[in-house]
Amino acid sequence: MKALLELSNVGMKFDTPKGTFEALKEVNLKIDSGEFVSLIGHSGCGKSTVLNIVAGLLQATDGGVILDKHEVTEPGPERAVVFQNHSLLPWLTAFENVELAVKQVFKKTKSKAEIRDWVEHNLELVHMAHAMHKKPDEISGGMKQRVGIARALAMQPQVLLMDEPFGALDALTRAHLQDSLMEIHAQLGTTVIMITHDVDEAVLLSDRIVMMTNGPSATIGEILDVNLPRPRDRLALADDPTFVRCRQQVLQFLYEKQRKVEPMPKRTSEKAEATRKRA
Amino acid sequence: MVTLTFPTWMEPYRALATGKMSADQWQTLLRQLIWPVMGIAAFLLLWQLAAQRIDTSLGQFPGPVDVWEQAGTLVDEHQASRAKEAAFHERQEKYIASRLAQQPDWEPVYRDYTGAPTFFDQIGTSLITVMSGFLLASMIAIPLGIVIGLSSTAHAAMNPLIQLFKPVSPLAWLPLVTMVVSAVYVTDDPLVAKSFLTSMFTVSLCCLWPTLMNTSVGVTSVSQDLTNVSRVLRLNALSHVRKIVLPSALPMMFTGLRLSLGIAWMVLIAAEMLAQNPGLGKFVWDEFQNGSSQSLGRIMVAVIVIGLIGFLLDRVMLMLQRALVWDKSSVQR
Repeated sequence: MKALLELSNVGMKFDTPKGTFEALKEVNLKIDSGEFVSLIGHSGCGKSTVLNIVAGLLQATDGGVILDKHEVTEPGPERAVVFQNHSLLPWLTAFENVELAVKQVFKKTKSKAEIRDWVEHNLELVHMAHAMHKKPDEISGGMKQRVGIARALAMQPQVLLMDEPFGALDALTRAHLQDSLMEIHAQLGTTVIMITHDVDEAVLLSDRIVMMTNGPSATIGEILDVNLPRPRDRLALADDPTFVRCRQQVLQFLYEKQRKVEPMPKRTSEKAEATRKRA
Repeated sequence: MVTLTFPTWMEPYRALATGKMSADQWQTLLRQLIWPVMGIAAFLLLWQLAAQRIDTSLGQFPGPVDVWEQAGTLVDEHQASRAKEAAFHERQEKYIASRLAQQPDWEPVYRDYTGAPTFFDQIGTSLITVMSGFLLASMIAIPLGIVIGLSSTAHAAMNPLIQLFKPVSPLAWLPLVTMVVSAVYVTDDPLVAKSFLTSMFTVSLCCLWPTLMNTSVGVTSVSQDLTNVSRVLRLNALSHVRKIVLPSALPMMFTGLRLSLGIAWMVLIAAEMLAQNPGLGKFVWDEFQNGSSQSLGRIMVAVIVIGLIGFLLDRVMLMLQRALVWDKSSVQR
């Protein structure tokens, strides 16, 4: 079977005043339909660049991306993106935010009533039916992210791209949203690429974990298959040997093989900054 | 049995009337009523004291009491003028009726009353002029601001001109506008007066800059995330502007509009004064030229009314802003 999404020799170079900066080099990846893939790596390793290239928001300088036999050249709703900071339009309600996307994608194929039902259905899917007529200002961060997911799902994308979707949320809310996402993935069988910093999250949600080396010239270091049966339960998995081994392998990759060497003064100044903000 | 409900701001006064005031309500009462009243009283006292010590060639500088009297006179004059006008029309009707009775085939000629405009007529003229000038400026500044905000080429092309013309005083534009209006607006049956057009264009030229600048900055600062949403949804250029750019820029745009209206009002008075166009500015100038012992008092009435109207215009804009703008935190007092 041919892969749904194929990245071949993707490279990204930026022109800077100091010369060419190579952010990504020879990224090769095939993703099958229905697969859940996580991208993990230290910050600045180019995970977001990979995601943005697949989304079409950035153009690779080398190689290319093929989705379902078509080369990716521009952004489009078949590659819906869930942004890190929800990116809802603040002047529209949750319903209207999703509706904007649905109208844009299905205005020729769905009637008014069907559009309405489809918006409501997707908000129900993320458990937001009770607050669908509230504006982003009136709901919590976790709820905003749910609406962001509903908006992306409502476009019926071939691939759902998630850029650290739960990064800005507290641990409890994050766990709730992870459970919701697993539920939705099981129900719809959507193909997902998700960027994350969180090792537990990656192991819990993914079929495969793509680990990236540090930049410059970042590329894929290792790919780990997570052979855990679904549905997965976070409590039962906590001392499951496969889960623990997978977790161990990702941690080893991140903290032994790709240890991020940061210059000391910067760290201290960041810490000073953090304490100053708290005070 | 009738139950009265009071708006929240009236709550302290109700409590005062019933003799049950909490400490918080005292604070509210002080802040809402007592301190402002004391501030105004102190000002009136200082004004009175200062006025007694200033002697001008037109007599003593008017104190609050003189000004209050003059305000009364202006109201009386207005009522007298309206009565005269009504009497004029009544006479005309009678004359026409009696002549038609004698001469049924006569074509009646109706004439307008031609008395001098009163203070209140001048206020009306000024308000109409300032709103026309402001609307014209907004109609130019908002679309232009959107174009400049969206296109860095347009911004590069327009920015030097904006920077050049923004600080120009209305008084510098006025002679040019007057001459151009006189030369271009030539018609036997004018729909509006030339003087109205001169004031209006001067106001527009001076007040379009804040709206233009704020709109363009608002458009430029649309968040990258929202632009990405628009790209993923493949919104076309028009939908992108309508659904993403305009709502994003609306708070900034309104800030600009409020500044513009404030400038428009200030410019208008200056323009009317210098160009002898009808309006409050002309009223001030006429009184100054008139040079009677009441003139200074009457000018002072105009000063206070000008301030009051400027304040009310700003309040109206603030209410509009509160009603229309989604980002309530952007609405300042």
